Amino acid sequence: MSWIENRVDDGVIMTTVDWAINWGRSNSLWPMTFGLACCAIEMMATGASRFDMDRFGAGAFRATPRQADLMIVAGTVTYKMAARLKRLYNQMPEPKYVMAMGACTVGGGPYFKYGYGIVKGVDLIVPVDVYVPGCPPRPESLLEGLMRLQDQIRHQSRAKRPVTKITETVQG
Amino acid sequence: MTPEEISKLLKSEFGEAIVEIVLDGGHPYVQVDVARWLEVAKFLRDDARLAFNFLRAVTSLDLVADGKLACVYDFDQLPTSNLTELPAGTCEFAVRVVIDAADPVIPSVAQLWPTANWHEREAFDLMGIRFSGHPDLRRILCPDDWVGHPLRKDYEFPLEYHGIPGTTECELTNPRH
Repeated sequence: MSWIENRVDDGVIMTTVDWAINWGRSNSLWPMTFGLACCAIEMMATGASRFDMDRFGAGAFRATPRQADLMIVAGTVTYKMAARLKRLYNQMPEPKYVMAMGACTVGGGPYFKYGYGIVKGVDLIVPVDVYVPGCPPRPESLLEGLMRLQDQIRHQSRAKRPVTKITETVQG
Repeated sequence: MTPEEISKLLKSEFGEAIVEIVLDGGHPYVQVDVARWLEVAKFLRDDARLAFNFLRAVTSLDLVADGKLACVYDFDQLPTSNLTELPAGTCEFAVRVVIDAADPVIPSVAQLWPTANWHEREAFDLMGIRFSGHPDLRRILCPDDWVGHPLRKDYEFPLEYHGIPGTTECELTNPRH
């Protein structure tokens, strides 16, 4: 690194754009207040002092989708709620992440077989990044899910976009 | 009044309209002919000896074996500003109204007890009982465009609703992979 030595002032840190942006994004995930059922109680416990979600920068629960990055779908999603959930998801600014919390949102849970009004997994409506199983999951599980989401965000890259593979070879 | 006395009083007032009297067990009730149910309801509320001023719940039942539906109305007496002295020996009582599942219509009692408004909407939504004379008979729990009445025993839940699959079970979805 000799070419760069003594060229910038003291107190300047050099890093990549990817690292800096991902560091910012993963450590200031603002979740949307989206408690639908009993999982919301555990989500509240996760936000409260004993578990303190704010340690991970994700304690600022927003009451509007326009200020939120993360939608923790905490609880049973009914068909009646599905349209509202989709609309709220669409109102969130990019980049946005969805966490399916609890058995109901992961795959229908106890309503899988005979729940006439329950959506059998929230991934039928919106794309899900992290699944947190449990009925309801303990706050430790939710924090683990949050950390896995942070891992995912840290591995994102603005330069290396996923490229669509071209399978057909051009003749001639 | 005890449940025995209430049922005796109703029998003497309405005769044939009281189809059945069940007093054993913890939930005494009389079964009332649907044609005279509104008269009986008015009597239960307005007669000074009974003064059932509080409708606690409206429950709907699917009596599968007989091809019939039923509604159970639970009554109670509460002291209010109009009724400071309750009738001696107050008690709870219930009335059951049985109707054909093919054409389930019961006169609404929402004008007598405002509680009945939402309870009857729930019974309409989930069991398909139509309450004639109800001020606002819409679904209360399911979406407005829902098909069928979910708590009927012959109900089959939808395999698709507004583009969302109703199930992810292998044997029902038949995935090709």
